Amino acid sequence: MKSNKEGPSDLVHSEEFLAGLKRRQLALSVGCALAFLVVLLAMPALNYLVPGWMAHEVAGFTFSWLVLGVLFFPFVWVVAWVFIQRSIRLEEAEVARARQGTGVGR
Amino acid sequence: MIAWMPGQGMGAMLAAVDPWILGWSLLTVLVTLGLGYWAAGKARTASDFFVAGRGVSVGWNASAISGEYLSAASFMGVAGMVMSSGYDALWYPVCYACGYLFLLLFIAGPLRRFGAYTIPDFAEGRYDSPLFRKIAVLFVLFIGFFYTMPQMKGAGTTLAYIFQSVDLRGGWLDILAPRSNGVAMAGFPYWAGVVVVGAVITLNVALGGMKGITLVQAFQYWLKLFAISVPVFVLLSVYGGYGKQLATPHATTGGATASALAAGAGADPAPAVLPAKAPSDDAWRHPFGPLTTKAAKAAKLSAADSRPYALLYTYSLIIAVVCGTAGLPHILVRFYTNPDGVSAKRTTMWVMILIGVFYVFPPVLGAFGRNLMPSLYDGVGVRGTDKVVLELPSVLGGQMGSILSGIACAGAFAAFMSTFSGLLVSMTGALAHDVYGRMLRPGSTATERMRMFKVCAFAVGGVATVLGCFVEPLDINFMVGQAFAIAAASYFPLLFMSVWWRGMTMAGAATGMLTGGACSLFAVSLTSLSAFVGKPWLPSALDLTAFWAAHPLLRILCEQPAVWCVPLAIGLMVVVSWSTRSRVPSDIRMKMLVLHAPEALGLKQEYVREHEGH
Repeated sequence: MKSNKEGPSDLVHSEEFLAGLKRRQLALSVGCALAFLVVLLAMPALNYLVPGWMAHEVAGFTFSWLVLGVLFFPFVWVVAWVFIQRSIRLEEAEVARARQGTGVGR
Repeated sequence: MIAWMPGQGMGAMLAAVDPWILGWSLLTVLVTLGLGYWAAGKARTASDFFVAGRGVSVGWNASAISGEYLSAASFMGVAGMVMSSGYDALWYPVCYACGYLFLLLFIAGPLRRFGAYTIPDFAEGRYDSPLFRKIAVLFVLFIGFFYTMPQMKGAGTTLAYIFQSVDLRGGWLDILAPRSNGVAMAGFPYWAGVVVVGAVITLNVALGGMKGITLVQAFQYWLKLFAISVPVFVLLSVYGGYGKQLATPHATTGGATASALAAGAGADPAPAVLPAKAPSDDAWRHPFGPLTTKAAKAAKLSAADSRPYALLYTYSLIIAVVCGTAGLPHILVRFYTNPDGVSAKRTTMWVMILIGVFYVFPPVLGAFGRNLMPSLYDGVGVRGTDKVVLELPSVLGGQMGSILSGIACAGAFAAFMSTFSGLLVSMTGALAHDVYGRMLRPGSTATERMRMFKVCAFAVGGVATVLGCFVEPLDINFMVGQAFAIAAASYFPLLFMSVWWRGMTMAGAATGMLTGGACSLFAVSLTSLSAFVGKPWLPSALDLTAFWAAHPLLRILCEQPAVWCVPLAIGLMVVVSWSTRSRVPSDIRMKMLVLHAPEALGLKQEYVREHEGH
């Protein structure tokens, strides 16, 4: 797509580089957001649709209270951890790609 | 804080106050002042003042962000709401934590790479529009003041709680005694706490700026965690586990006096009787309880008919808190204090852990409060369930109870002070950096801007303190909710769309942000009028009680407007930007690259060079 003479910095400034970069970042962010949004938004729906099931007693807690009051926080940590690891790796890959100037996707 | 009291009155006053509570609270204030003063000696350059020299280590910064994040609403409000509303109040701590995750996923990285000092910097940089900077500055100040008022209210009521046994009547200080309809009462004036906290934090910020408060806020996070977790652990060991507290059955007939209940609950094998105002066990333990079904109840709908309304309320609440968190200006500005993008991400991971750990505790205290202090249901606001965190340790009795109550009060002080200091820095930054440094005197030197920062800190701190003195009748959670609703429908759509959609224009951004913010402000204010029904100054035409009872759906959409305001703001941004698409900034590709390309590629420096060349 580019002649070799233009060098790596022109790959960085190309429309393809920006579009690919943004697409990959957005895919990662949206994927992680979906992981927690599905759980977060499913909770009220489950409470509404299957109240009896969500009210199961677990060591004094209702299942629904246990999830929201305790278990949700470690779950958020896992999502954040996965996102941070992957986004650091994504950035490293983009830097390498830009430096090589090859334009080959991952 | 007592320097202005004459000597003879002081001794008598202190004798009436629990020494542990006074001691711990005083210690918190003194350590805050001392740390701030010490750190101020290290803050020299303008960059130290605005973004702490961009060189704050991961551990310190994570503690400082968490300290800033956990406000009066988190420390006192969540436990109080869980006690009064039960399950539905759990959405608040969960969504506060999720909101931070949202910020990490979509906004934090790009905003950091763009490398602006403040949100107005970003607004102008992204749209090349000085006009938009002005709009953004106004919004920072507006949301900032909105969010400061509940912190101030918390400070005033906590101090009044600490000194509730003091009687100022008849002596030297008679003039200071709180009055109700002109009659002096025992206790301490509400405004005194507001003035103390306002003065301490204003001094800290003016002396040390961002660098000065980083250390203070980090200290305050650990104090808050200590102050909420230690009473919980002690109560758990004395009265049994979290699950046991939730499963304890109650009778809700009313009848037995509340004080007899407080004494007998816990050890009593027969079901304790709750005051008539308390929700029943069923409504409290299960979803769609008193908080979310209030509007439907007012409309006299059956339990089955009110459930869809409660579901809508819950979803709207989730959107408001998650998106609102991602739009609070004092949290965003902290992302700029990391030296690089990787450490900014590590910091965020630690913040998630620190605030998540904290948020497990307040609901536990709420559950304990229901079993051990049901008398609080008879009070309203800070005289009721809102003070459960401060009051609950006293059920342990003796010195242990006093010490733990003192620790809880110290934590509450830390909560107002740290959030207020964060807000003060971001508002002062907006004035000193954006208004003075960019609009009034673009040619000013760094030293002049630093001096201006101090002047602005005193001005903003003074205004916030005066405002705080007037908000005593308003509810803390309600004011926080308002600030979140406005931020959710204005800042969040602005940041989210500006970062990810290159087609945004200044006209689209401004229209969406202003309309969304104005609509949610209007809607929330409309419902807040019901708090003032019966006041002589309120025209009877504004008493909407009958209207709300007839239209529960409208009531919910006004009380929790996020469900329609956020899509409205985003929709307007898309439509207006599309119709003004010829005005997309010409170097938009470069701007998008700076927002998204890894910092290691050095595009930011290149961008700055090009802009200076113009």
